[in-house]
Amino acid sequence: MTIALQYTNVTVNDVDESIAFYGGALGLEVQNDVSSGKYRWVTLGSEGQPGLGIVLSEPHAGRSKKDGDTMQELLVKGILPILVFRTDDLDATFEKVAASGAEVLQEPIDMGYARDCAFRDPSGNMVRISQE
Amino acid sequence: MTPQELENLAHLRRARDLIDRDYAKPLDVPTMAAKALMSPSHFSRQFRAAYGETPYSYLMTRRIERAMALLRSGMSVTDACMTVGCTSLGSFSSRFAEIVGETPSEYRSHEHEAVEAMPTRIAMEVTRPARNKASRNGEATGDTAA
Repeated sequence: MTIALQYTNVTVNDVDESIAFYGGALGLEVQNDVSSGKYRWVTLGSEGQPGLGIVLSEPHAGRSKKDGDTMQELLVKGILPILVFRTDDLDATFEKVAASGAEVLQEPIDMGYARDCAFRDPSGNMVRISQE
Repeated sequence: MTPQELENLAHLRRARDLIDRDYAKPLDVPTMAAKALMSPSHFSRQFRAAYGETPYSYLMTRRIERAMALLRSGMSVTDACMTVGCTSLGSFSSRFAEIVGETPSEYRSHEHEAVEAMPTRIAMEVTRPARNKASRNGEATGDTAA
């Protein structure tokens, strides 16, 4: 019996502006784009990890107004859980994401067990990128 | 929330990120407020409403958190105080004791084996001091680590 992560969800304020970050800057590819009512669920993935989909959706997608509002407040305050990506070229990745205009939280530094850097995505999620 | 309210929250987040990034520099509230595009008094009220403590309090909590790591690594109390951006040993020590529950030198003299065995990022989360919670501070003081 095996088990592996297949989908993980990332809450964002604006799906299109987030595709520019996760797709254009980080280099993930859009694999699926599903709409229901006024909301979209966009799945991105990478060749480096086939079989894992990162699903972007807005705070109110599939939620009550009240829960969506709570989610959005936490998102914009920067309180939602962080995402950590792995790369084989941290400096090149950092330069590319920084050049896209993303908010830089930390330039690449040695953390002892790895080097890493950190950004905010356009909505306020903390995105760390690590190289072992 | 209105677009304006969301925009204000994003400004507050950027000021909080500035504190996280530049805590060791001589940061003052007007500098933080400028990052949030607000007047200092309005900024302080808004920051507290969003994050549960004043900007200055958040800055000091962040400095104490970093000082705890430095003290665990064996740095002297005076050096740790200066390294995290505090200029007064007296106010550093009293703030440290208020948050951690013991003085910096008492904290420094403990064994911190469990924290040292953790990956850095996990140790940061586990030992992160907070004013409005008590649930994990036992680990930070070394009670469960010993």
